[in-house]
Amino acid sequence: MNKKNTEYLINRKDNQYEVVIGLEVHAQVLSESKLFSSSSTKFGAEPNTQVSLVDAAFPGMLPVINEFCIKQAIKTGIGLNAKINKRSVFDRKNYFYADLPQGYQISQFKDPIVGEGKVILDMPNGQKEVGIERLHLEQDAGKSIHDLDPQNTFVDLNRSGVALMEIVSKPDLRSPDEVNAYIKKLRSIMRYLGTCDGNMQEGSLRADVNVSVRPKGSKEFGTRCEIKNVNSIKFMQMAIEYEANRQVDLIEEGKTIDQETRLFDTKKNETRSMRSKEDAHDYRYFPDPDLLPLEVSEKFIEELKNDIPELPDDKKKRFIEEFKLSPYEANILVSDIDTSKYFEEVVAKMGKNKDIKLAVNWITGELFAVLNSKGLEISQSPVSAKNFAILINLIKNGTISGKIAKTVFELMIDGDKDPQKIVEEKGLKQQSDPKALEVLIDKIISENREKAIEYKQGKEKLFGFFVGQAMKASGGKANPQLINEILKKKL
Amino acid sequence: MSDITKQSLTELVENIKKKKLSSTDVTKAFIQRSEKSSELNTYITDDFTSALDKAKKFDQKPNLDLKLPGIPMAVKDLFCTKNVKTTAGSKILNNFVPTYESTVTENIWNEGAILLGKLNCDEFAMGSSNETSHFGNVQNPIDKNLVPGGSSGGSASAVAGQLSPITIGTDTGGSIRQPASFTGIVGLKPTYGSCSRYGIVAFASSLDQAGPMAQNVKDCALLQEVISTYDSKDSTSINFKRNHYSKELTKNIKGKKIGIPKEYRVDGMPKEIEDLWQKGIQYVKDCGAETIDISLPHTSYALPTYYIVAPAEASSNLARYDGVKYGYRAKGENLIDMYEKTRSEGFGAEVQRRIMIGTYVLSSGYYDAYYLKAQKVRKLIKNDFDEAYKKVDAILTPSTPSSAFKIGEKTNDPVSMYLNDIFTVPVNLAGLPGISIPAGHDTKGYPLGLQIIGKAFDEQNILNIAFAMEEKINFKNKITDWWIK
Repeated sequence: MNKKNTEYLINRKDNQYEVVIGLEVHAQVLSESKLFSSSSTKFGAEPNTQVSLVDAAFPGMLPVINEFCIKQAIKTGIGLNAKINKRSVFDRKNYFYADLPQGYQISQFKDPIVGEGKVILDMPNGQKEVGIERLHLEQDAGKSIHDLDPQNTFVDLNRSGVALMEIVSKPDLRSPDEVNAYIKKLRSIMRYLGTCDGNMQEGSLRADVNVSVRPKGSKEFGTRCEIKNVNSIKFMQMAIEYEANRQVDLIEEGKTIDQETRLFDTKKNETRSMRSKEDAHDYRYFPDPDLLPLEVSEKFIEELKNDIPELPDDKKKRFIEEFKLSPYEANILVSDIDTSKYFEEVVAKMGKNKDIKLAVNWITGELFAVLNSKGLEISQSPVSAKNFAILINLIKNGTISGKIAKTVFELMIDGDKDPQKIVEEKGLKQQSDPKALEVLIDKIISENREKAIEYKQGKEKLFGFFVGQAMKASGGKANPQLINEILKKKL
Repeated sequence: MSDITKQSLTELVENIKKKKLSSTDVTKAFIQRSEKSSELNTYITDDFTSALDKAKKFDQKPNLDLKLPGIPMAVKDLFCTKNVKTTAGSKILNNFVPTYESTVTENIWNEGAILLGKLNCDEFAMGSSNETSHFGNVQNPIDKNLVPGGSSGGSASAVAGQLSPITIGTDTGGSIRQPASFTGIVGLKPTYGSCSRYGIVAFASSLDQAGPMAQNVKDCALLQEVISTYDSKDSTSINFKRNHYSKELTKNIKGKKIGIPKEYRVDGMPKEIEDLWQKGIQYVKDCGAETIDISLPHTSYALPTYYIVAPAEASSNLARYDGVKYGYRAKGENLIDMYEKTRSEGFGAEVQRRIMIGTYVLSSGYYDAYYLKAQKVRKLIKNDFDEAYKKVDAILTPSTPSSAFKIGEKTNDPVSMYLNDIFTVPVNLAGLPGISIPAGHDTKGYPLGLQIIGKAFDEQNILNIAFAMEEKINFKNKITDWWIK
């Protein structure tokens, strides 16, 4: 594929601009309790029911690090091929807001728990490496609710103190498509690790998007704008598209871009200035004196490394080698951990004489179609991997044709029925008895003598007609391969 | 039993254990004296009714195995006490009633003690004279119109004036030792990490430490034994082997090496302080210890370092008092307006001054020059002590550069007020234990204290030295009960 054709550029008259994007992804740590308190992190609880004295910053209350969250962050770092810092420091980021009870957020500033790493993206034109600058742990704030009352703002502190991982990428992304792939890859890695559920609807994954533009070929970065708190991939892509064009327009008009923080208005599909660099908060970061520097031993890290499951990149490699899948097929299967689990279970259940290619085609074809139409995740699949494997085997060993299999599959969906039983009950077994088929075909040929002669005289297209007639006469159950063979012989 | 309040903690415990006194007798006596002592303004909140109930309950089923069986005591109003108003001496918390108990006070109640009430202190423990309290200044029982020191001024006055047999204070830069020195009592600032900070209204987290205040060293040791516990709720609490300080207390300090730091001989220090120090040197020698001249070269940087680190932490620690969740709230046009009015009206001048200093030293562009540099100097100060402790077991200095001053004398001169902490502040910066014991009187008859600074976690050693010196000094506090009509 010609790489140039896939480049994302913004064109204006004679000029072409490249878009430079860096992401700060906020991923909620998958943990029962908060980063510095034992309150529950469960989503959807009644407001202010999951708030401890620490979360609400009562006088004299002190934070105590939740070791599980530390482990989760380190695991994520390992998954991002990143350097794990044996010593990291929690800092206070000071600012006033009604949903920030302490008046500061505990975060990591100078010494994050995870340093530089990288992730590999599979793009249509090949692989792309995206650098990770750092990953640090921080507390989430509470939530201000402005639309319940015309005069007052309500505050819900359930989220206050929930652990977040901020994963900062290098400015290596160049298009909305790459952003899409990057977020999906991060999400995939964290779901494999069980460190973040990646649920964007519930706010478990959000991002601040840094966008700048520069003339194509330029090595210098343009002035960037940060688009705050975008909570879906689609919105990220829309925001980037809008923002990059806005910046290009400014440059084309001979104006300069102000470094500023912007908000994306999802209704109007535009970004708007939130605050300029001059108005930027002075967060007065300093090490939190309530917490000693966090020190982890080599042994601690090694133990976590041993705990790391096979990650998407490795799994993909293995699928290609072990199952002779194409990189494309492997990618589809590994991108989501539950899909890979389903696939591997199907492979296991198919037993010795298995047709993996056939299984892959059926998963990515029929199964995905059903899931899509029903709006289900693969973990909620109406057809279990076990029955799915039986169905594939029935096709493979010739018990049913691919066409009949589709009918069987339709019937399986309702209540995860055993395909074997469906085939037996409905009498859908393929006719593979050559003698019976010969009788059937003889009959068709004798009934269509003229067409048979035409075929023999060279009208080869008519072969399909005879196949069709034979299938029809068998009620679709005839083994198509045998039909072909017999027809060739008889005609 | 009019002389109950004159008894030391050790005597009261013994009398209760021997059933010569009931908890009710003792509690009543201290309540009565406290009620007659309102002029001292030691209490912000009293809990007398409840205290009597608890005493009666204790007497019905006395557990005499406890370390503080039925002993009434008041505590500094910086400790959160469940269902008892806790103000930190501030208007901004003047309606705050905690639903929880600080670990240190919990430890005390668990050993049988009974809360008498909450004692006055400088607002958020920021002050050296107890004059910054929203609830008014405290009188020193030594003399009318004399400050008791601060910030644990109410605590010091309560013990010196015999309104509470013992008490606890907190010490961020000298807030236990300086008022102890000004009122003629014993005050110990333990090693940082010895006593849990959980439930104590924070001033400067890396310096704050709770500690006992008492009439004598033995009482002090007993209380330290009770309050010092490892606490997983405080990440800076340290799990070390804690002594039975009162049981292991000994006057035998023969052969101990006591360092005398030359840098504590500061310019303009009154002669009587120098004389007191020399007397102290003689006392330790008389006890069989040896004194060695040492140098703590970075001492002169301690005070400026402290006045960067402490306000910096305070500016952040006090951000939570914003009118949103609890405490005082002023009406405002919008959120920012509400913040500004709440904090302008809720905090006093000294607290506002320190919040501003702290905000300034942490702001971008100044952080490196102030906060970061102060942290480096802090390390050097700690290194000074580490170096000295290669040669000596403890260090002897005056507690304060002067005796107690008059109310109002330094209120308009913050720097002169800050200078009061010159001998105590380095100890907090280094996280070490230090004890102030009364060691003599100045020409006006006001008490003067000596400070013994120990190695980290070596409270037992400085308690022993103090115990030995106490006998030689034989200090008698001159309390005339002038405030009792």
